[in-house]
Amino acid sequence: MAAKAFRWHIPVFLAPAVLVYTAIMIIPLFGTLNLSLYNLEGQNRIFVGLANFRTLFGDPRWSASFWNALGNNAWFFMVHMLVQNPIGVLLAAILSSPRLRFAAAYRTAIFVPAILSFVIVGFVWKLILSPIWGIAPGMLDWVGLKSLYLPWLGKEQYALTTLALVSVWQFVGIPMMLIYAALLNIPEEVLEAAEMDGVTGASQFWKIKLPLILPSIGIISILTFVGNFNAFDLIYVAQGALAGPDFATDILGTFLYRTFFGFQLQLGDAHMGATIATAMFGIILLGVCIYLFAIQTRLRRYQF
Amino acid sequence: MATRIPLSRSIAAHTVLIAYTLISLFPVFVILINSFKSRKAIFSDPLAIPTPETFDLIGYATVLKQGDFFQYFLNSMIVTCSSLFFILLFGAMAAFALSEYRFKANTLTGLYLALGIMIPIRLGTVAILQLMVAGGLVNTRTALVLVYTAQGLPLAVFILAEFMKQVSDDLKNAGRIDGLSEYRIFFTLVLPLIRPAMATVAVFSLIPIWNDLWFPLILAPAEEVKTITLGSQIFIGQFVTNWNAVLSALSLAIIPVLVLYLIFSRQLIRGITAGAVK
Repeated sequence: MAAKAFRWHIPVFLAPAVLVYTAIMIIPLFGTLNLSLYNLEGQNRIFVGLANFRTLFGDPRWSASFWNALGNNAWFFMVHMLVQNPIGVLLAAILSSPRLRFAAAYRTAIFVPAILSFVIVGFVWKLILSPIWGIAPGMLDWVGLKSLYLPWLGKEQYALTTLALVSVWQFVGIPMMLIYAALLNIPEEVLEAAEMDGVTGASQFWKIKLPLILPSIGIISILTFVGNFNAFDLIYVAQGALAGPDFATDILGTFLYRTFFGFQLQLGDAHMGATIATAMFGIILLGVCIYLFAIQTRLRRYQF
Repeated sequence: MATRIPLSRSIAAHTVLIAYTLISLFPVFVILINSFKSRKAIFSDPLAIPTPETFDLIGYATVLKQGDFFQYFLNSMIVTCSSLFFILLFGAMAAFALSEYRFKANTLTGLYLALGIMIPIRLGTVAILQLMVAGGLVNTRTALVLVYTAQGLPLAVFILAEFMKQVSDDLKNAGRIDGLSEYRIFFTLVLPLIRPAMATVAVFSLIPIWNDLWFPLILAPAEEVKTITLGSQIFIGQFVTNWNAVLSALSLAIIPVLVLYLIFSRQLIRGITAGAVK
């Protein structure tokens, strides 16, 4: 064994990715984490240890905003898990049924919102839901439900859910595509064998296909988690940095942005911004660890 | 195969798909039709198709008078395509090394690269800006390509490694017995087999790059390197109360992406089905 030649191809395969990634992503990131341990004393930057975190979690001026943003973010994530991903799996399951006509057209159309930028999506839905233009109330009027119309984006109790559903509308194509690719990868023989045994239709989906695509569903769940806890753009475009009404749509991303760059009369605070960024980092790290160690290791993978 | 899908199931499937297609396309459709109407028509009947009486290009005229949409579009294309090329090439190489070989630092390298999936690269913006200033790369497309490559790599490696684990070992070992080098095995045997996964990764990486507002704003806001997302954001911001102009600016931002997507989706679907239908 010791005489085995050094396998040069391994570093060659790894080097480009590792180098670019380290230089542009990891080093600047550690710069930020490091910044959370410092604060300004007059003009000088001094090391303060964990004092910034004590302020963030303990000082009522900061902690109220922080827990509000975290709670909103958790709800934002729940809406995605309960609405976006089941719809994505359902659409992929229907699309992958054999000899479905127009499958390509449906797939192309349903993915369209996902290619639009937050700038577009935010403005488009603001216009559609706006009471000034009247598309949403007009459409509800058609089906006789005009009384249900409210300026949802302006109401504290609905604004966050409305934005979460807009985000679901935008991104449902992504789980759909991933699951669709996974479903197509299931070999024909497996499905034929199932049909021989009389397992067809819905029971074929639950008993044969679903177990085979579980790894993909796992990936989608963790991608959703990470994406939602990094979210910022949609809220920013639709509601501005203040995440109104009255911070009802404030999530960690907008909270970080306000802190880091400042807003209205408050000056930007790079150190508290870095502290919030570090807290977000911790939350996301926790979620990913749960996925990697508690979920992914229990999933069975099949080689075809 | 003689099995036929029952008609009722087929109707149900189409009903669900048509309903969801309408939900997906309706907002885009509303914006596009209204961008061709006069201000009065936009408000009096927002859901009507433009007729000769209501047809009006005033919004487009306002928007096109300023700024160079074609240049913005070209910038976005260059940045997105270059970043995708590097993400796919470097990502597939790293994924192959991680999924194929056992070596000491394997798990560690995998975890190190996976770290980037969960950390938004935006958290390091200040340091990235300093780096680009030091390298003289501010207001260049190269700066954006570098950032987007770094941003896209972790997810690409993660997904591609996941798929490469499913490529049969027998095939690769057969290649080795035939005397192929590891590089040949990667480029001629493995890469063609993971085309569907590559297509998926390409779409996933393309979207956030094309739509990003943050890095163009900070690293490349100059007129000649402005991307289309940044360009349209500025337009829309300028015309908040001019509904014709807002709707036209939105349409101008939507149409290129839509066309690009329709062209790409052919490739994408061919890529997905070519690998999956054995």
